[in-house]
Amino acid sequence: MEPISYIWPLTGGLLVGASAGLFLLMHGRVAGISGLMASGLRLGGSGPRGLSLGFLGGLLGGALLAGLVIRTPEVFVTSSLPLLIVGGLLVGFGTRWGSGCTSGHGVCGIARLSPRSLAATGLFMATAALTVFVTRHLTGMI
Amino acid sequence: MRLLIAILCGVLFGAGMIISDMVNPARVLAFLDVTGDWDPSLAFVMGGALIPSGLAYLIHRRMHAPVLADEFRVPASRLIDRPLIGGAILFGLGWGLVGLCPGPALAALTTASWQAAIFVVAMLAGMTLFRFTAGRSA
Repeated sequence: MEPISYIWPLTGGLLVGASAGLFLLMHGRVAGISGLMASGLRLGGSGPRGLSLGFLGGLLGGALLAGLVIRTPEVFVTSSLPLLIVGGLLVGFGTRWGSGCTSGHGVCGIARLSPRSLAATGLFMATAALTVFVTRHLTGMI
Repeated sequence: MRLLIAILCGVLFGAGMIISDMVNPARVLAFLDVTGDWDPSLAFVMGGALIPSGLAYLIHRRMHAPVLADEFRVPASRLIDRPLIGGAILFGLGWGLVGLCPGPALAALTTASWQAAIFVVAMLAGMTLFRFTAGRSA
């Protein structure tokens, strides 16, 4: 994988933050993807369902559009099929149990200095880094 | 109008996922691999995102209600409880195994990646499992 200029992640981050900021000021809601998925698909989230589905539909459309006109995305997955399934189950269950993911806790929560979100983000970052250390360097599993 | 703004927010978010390359699990794992060939991209994404969202959260404190809704629905709890801790650890474990979290996983679907599709289906299954176990009272 080639290193990329910091301009790409910085610009992408600004767009994500603009999305979260606009969603808050217009609709008064947290732009957390796991929460929006849960409320959009009736899996226990709160908030108007139509707006959640609108956001998620826009996400797919925006990704498709940006992939066609701005930058050709590369999705390089190293995990085997069983790991993909286990990983997906853990991410789905964990984000609902912990009330948020990288967007809800990591971007929106830290932006308002929520102690819950700061704790959650520190924990999931540390756990993920430890998981990568164990699977890559200790066991060579991935 | 309300729906249109929600869609626009989604478009900005989705474009951000592609432009930042967070849609690529290899890039995310390279950030998490702190003792390996470290890639700082995710830190730039988080840092960049915190500028406009931090500003918006400052502005919202001076507003009585959002422009298109009756009230702000921002979580008020400050309690660091067992669900928060347990959930964050399980999420971190899954994230570290694959390199995908919910936003990038959805954006990756647009590249027709079969791995992203499997991951999203499993993620929805995990959310459903939570809904009918620990989350049934919520």
